[in-house]
Amino acid sequence: MVMEIKDQDYSVVYDEASATITCDGLMRLRGTEEYAPIVALLDQVKDLAPATITLDVQNLRFLNSSGINVLFKFVIDVRELGKSELVVLGSSLVPWQGKSLKNLQRLMPQLRLKFI
Amino acid sequence: MKFELSQFWQLGDEKMEKTFGEFLEPCDEYEYLVIHFSPTSMPLQQRWRNNGLSADFLSEYWATFLPTGGGPTEEQRLEFKGAVNYIANELLENVMKFSYEPADYPVSLGLYLFSDEFRFYTSNAMDPQQVDEFQQRVQRLLEEDPAELYLEQIEKNALGDGGGSQLGLLTMIGDYGATLSWRFKTFECKSGEATVVTTMVRLQF
Repeated sequence: MVMEIKDQDYSVVYDEASATITCDGLMRLRGTEEYAPIVALLDQVKDLAPATITLDVQNLRFLNSSGINVLFKFVIDVRELGKSELVVLGSSLVPWQGKSLKNLQRLMPQLRLKFI
Repeated sequence: MKFELSQFWQLGDEKMEKTFGEFLEPCDEYEYLVIHFSPTSMPLQQRWRNNGLSADFLSEYWATFLPTGGGPTEEQRLEFKGAVNYIANELLENVMKFSYEPADYPVSLGLYLFSDEFRFYTSNAMDPQQVDEFQQRVQRLLEEDPAELYLEQIEKNALGDGGGSQLGLLTMIGDYGATLSWRFKTFECKSGEATVVTTMVRLQF
């Protein structure tokens, strides 16, 4: 099963075989309402509860604070459900990731954050 | 010359001015660039897309002014561009989200280059009903530990009702090390009273 959301500026794809969510592009959506489809996809993945979920944002070049909030909420929801481990793949070449991704580990200390 | 609101807009007599944090008046003694527009001249959705364009342009443009030769490395340049892009975009999103339409007051984003820092200024009219609450919020941002406030807000948002994330200012402080301050000016205007808030963000480099 593949779940995906594609826009001219960004895409979010879940590949069930590898239990990997891949976010690419530029996300500058307007508030909770515009992020709702992405939140729904993340929610579904959380409920599928694979042993390990990989969140790959290496090619997500821009994320506004509303989008950062969506990532934070996903991590907290996975933490609260307590059924999946979480691996986050980031890129050291994308400035926002170096600044903001470290906060994910403060929310979920067992989360594995890898900068590639 | 000081940057005066009345340069662009006919407002009545100033009734009250209040500042939070170390607010410094914008001045044109240094290099600066100001984007100034009416938030209601086109649909918000259409205007929203321009935020990204403006932030991309501003970050590319100002990165060329960073000293070269023994100056910043490519990595520092990339980091500077990322910071300007993120902060400019967040500030533009905020002025659009919180601009008070009945006041019909234009919004602006100005970027000023100094020898050792970069200053962003945004201005917009606020809903008079939201001024007190916002002032209480900025007071907390100035007085409390930003890291704790940041975590508190994230946990609150995760349980929340889908309102605004309120993470824009917190990420600027917590993730980008920016220093924020505010000036509120209340004026008489045709529709009664209007409060114009100017947010100043200082980014050291």
